[in-house]
Amino acid sequence: MMRFMLLFSRQGKLRLQKWYLATSDKERKKMVRELMQVVLARKPKMCSFLEWRDLKVVYKRYASLYFCCAIEGQDNELITLELIHRYVELLDKYFGSVCELDIIFNFEKAYFILDEFLMGGDVQDTSKKSVLKAIEQADLLQEVGVGRG
Amino acid sequence: MVMPSLKLQDLIEEIRGAKTQAQEREVIQKECAHIRASFRDGDPLLRHRQLAKLLYVHMLGYPAHFGQMECLKLIASPRFSDKRVGYLGAMLLLDERQDAHLLITNSIKNDLSQGVQPVQALALCTLSTVGSAEMCRDLASEVEKLLLQPSSYVRKKAVLTAVHMIRKVPELSNIFLPPCTQLLRERHHGILLGTITLITELCERSPAALKHFRKMVPQLVQILHTLVTSGCSTEHSISGVGDPFLQVQILRLLRILGQNHEESSEAMNDLLAQVATNTDTSRNAGSAVLFETVLTIMDIRSAAGLRVLAVNILGRFLLNSDKNIRYVALTSLLRLVQSDHSAVQRHRPTVVECLQEPDASLSRRALELSLALVNSSNVRAMTQELQSFLEVCPPDLRADCASGILLAAERFAPTKRWHIDTILRVLTMAGTHVRDDAVANLTQLIGGAQELHAYSVRCLYSALAEDISQQPLVQVASWCIGEYGDLLLEGSCEETEPLQVEEEEVLALLERVLQSHLSLPATRGYALTALMKLSTRFRGDNNRIRQVVSIYGSCLDLELQQRAVEYNALFRKYDHMRAAILEKMPLVERSSPQAEEQPEEEGRGASPTPTEPKASELLNLLDLLDDSSGGAQHPAPQSPSPGDAVGCLPAMPGAPPPLAPIPDLRVFERQGLRLTLSFERPSGVPALLLITATATNSSGSDVTHFVCQAAVPKSFQLQLQAPSGDTLPAQGSLPITQLLRVLNPTKAPLRLKLRLTYNHFGQSVQEVFEVNNLPAETWQ
Repeated sequence: MMRFMLLFSRQGKLRLQKWYLATSDKERKKMVRELMQVVLARKPKMCSFLEWRDLKVVYKRYASLYFCCAIEGQDNELITLELIHRYVELLDKYFGSVCELDIIFNFEKAYFILDEFLMGGDVQDTSKKSVLKAIEQADLLQEVGVGRG
Repeated sequence: MVMPSLKLQDLIEEIRGAKTQAQEREVIQKECAHIRASFRDGDPLLRHRQLAKLLYVHMLGYPAHFGQMECLKLIASPRFSDKRVGYLGAMLLLDERQDAHLLITNSIKNDLSQGVQPVQALALCTLSTVGSAEMCRDLASEVEKLLLQPSSYVRKKAVLTAVHMIRKVPELSNIFLPPCTQLLRERHHGILLGTITLITELCERSPAALKHFRKMVPQLVQILHTLVTSGCSTEHSISGVGDPFLQVQILRLLRILGQNHEESSEAMNDLLAQVATNTDTSRNAGSAVLFETVLTIMDIRSAAGLRVLAVNILGRFLLNSDKNIRYVALTSLLRLVQSDHSAVQRHRPTVVECLQEPDASLSRRALELSLALVNSSNVRAMTQELQSFLEVCPPDLRADCASGILLAAERFAPTKRWHIDTILRVLTMAGTHVRDDAVANLTQLIGGAQELHAYSVRCLYSALAEDISQQPLVQVASWCIGEYGDLLLEGSCEETEPLQVEEEEVLALLERVLQSHLSLPATRGYALTALMKLSTRFRGDNNRIRQVVSIYGSCLDLELQQRAVEYNALFRKYDHMRAAILEKMPLVERSSPQAEEQPEEEGRGASPTPTEPKASELLNLLDLLDDSSGGAQHPAPQSPSPGDAVGCLPAMPGAPPPLAPIPDLRVFERQGLRLTLSFERPSGVPALLLITATATNSSGSDVTHFVCQAAVPKSFQLQLQAPSGDTLPAQGSLPITQLLRVLNPTKAPLRLKLRLTYNHFGQSVQEVFEVNNLPAETWQ
């Protein structure tokens, strides 16, 4: 199970944090600070996996953003890389050639897209088409403004 | 003028425009004040915008708890835009620790039962992210209902919510286990994926569930089979691999079901072989599936051939150009090296190459794996590789590498000389990184290899002459030079190049060590003692040594000062005893706890501990026979001596007939602890008496830390060998035996005083007594 996912810039600015395990705000801040330091210290040629505390961390840099996932011992690192890539593809499709600014100014959208792709730390839909369609429909509903059927 | 509230976009712009932290804080504080005011009495239609701003600010690390109640209000609103932001806020700001989060239970309940699909989706998502155990219990039945909803969109989310609920409240498996059978027949990939995840969770938590789902192995095998053979162009494929996420999840479930279960393992054997051989691994997706397959094969009861195939796949991974794949291969091989050692051994050359990896996390793995692969047949080659690695490895791996090499050398050294050479090389290369016991181990090793004394002392001398900075090396070298300095001068040794060394050179080197600021206090202790020992090994007059010793008598370092003062005393008042006290050290038994006490009272060899107590001990034992002959022989402490202090006695021509056996003598008994002496006079050596002291314990309490020391009159020579142990278990049948060698060249009447110290019945006991009634045959 994925414990959490973080998106942050090279300067150490947090752009998104999704926690799948109940953790106090204080503890979260500490973990984020620590992990950002570790990941930002990695050299470009190093592999995408590292061990941190009792977890495995899978990270990949896309342009100016680091996508970082903490997974448990029995989780598959290679498929987590695919997961990260899929999320980036979804963002890319939605925003049209996504860049960090899109994520900054539309952070709620980034969360909404993530919540259509993952739930409770697990993948909920493996079809790109299906996920994007769901977002589209939700966006439409937001325009219309009605909540109850 | 009141600043108008900013729109989200504008707020973000302004924050980004701030040049300093203080400026940013100012902007945010101002805006937060607006947000607060707006929450209180602002337009409810704009509430979701205010919350969005607050959430942004929260992500930057600023407090946002005053927005929690707003989340509740927004969630309860009928407008979708409100709900969307409200639920997002709940997921970000509320967690189990706050009371507020329970209040959303009702809203969630309503939304689950009455909302349109996107609303249900929001509620389910929030529930699966921040749902506490209590909330899960309350809402389980709602989620159960949704598992039967016609919309696959909702069903897939409900399944994953069930996963979360099981994680929080395992008892809910009663509710969520039954639907699994039906769900497994779904064709929707998302639902299938969620179901597999759910079944995995259920099986991990309950053996009963595990048993139940084992029946579904054939079905799972079929699903996976379809995925593998379905080909490329479906919407779920990645790089030609059919839904790798689903494949990996199924493989993981199969692993759990097949573990320790012959029948299930067999049912999946063929499929695993198929996946292992047919998956296209040109891209990461395929490798991910293959990797999971390998893990499954290794964990279940798979056929031997399949296991070898799996290990070979990992071996291939090691050669992959993708670092990540090499990394998972190394990690997995490390897990397998115990159970499938020979299979992993086949890939040893590749593993060793991975030591060259520039990426530290990979080279670390490679190091661990290499060390695990060392065995008696490859130890020489591997040690060579590891030593080359030690020269270039990153600093944080040095300690592990050095220790690893030393450990491997200890376990698999083909010859003593190789072992000594290896330790020497490691100490030279990475001396400061080795563990503390490396010095003791090496001195132990050298001490025990009598034939290599000359060789060792030469190698160490040369190494020391080159570099006096590596402390462990300096310590061992000093000790060795002190012990075997005479061998150093002899000039020729077939194993090394001829080395011509003068006494003065050796003394000068030790003095250099003594004076160098690089030397630790312990090292200087070694050097000083070594110098002292050389006063008996070298033939020249000892003026230089005396000078050094007397200078250090006023050294500021207390330890050195004490030693110097005592050595000075040895030169002056006790010169007649100096030779005996500075004799070659007996070998210290490494495993016995006495080794910690370092019984080198004789020569103060390797022990850096304070000498004060030892000094008094020395005098105590000397006192033992004060009444008898005034100044007794100092007994050698336990352990066999390689440097034979007794010396070889020539066999007498015409060996006398063997003597009649001498009766045993019980010399001590107290509370069930008994000490008996048995005697033997070996024929051919009339002056020698071998005494075996046997201690037994018939009491109900263990005897621990048992030490027996002995003293004899001055004309005798006594050697105690190492006892067989120091513990006598209660009512034990296993005694402690210790051999005493007594040489009596003058055939004087034997007198023997014994000193016993031990712990018994929770008390420490010391007994000193003279042995009476020694049979005359022991000395006549």
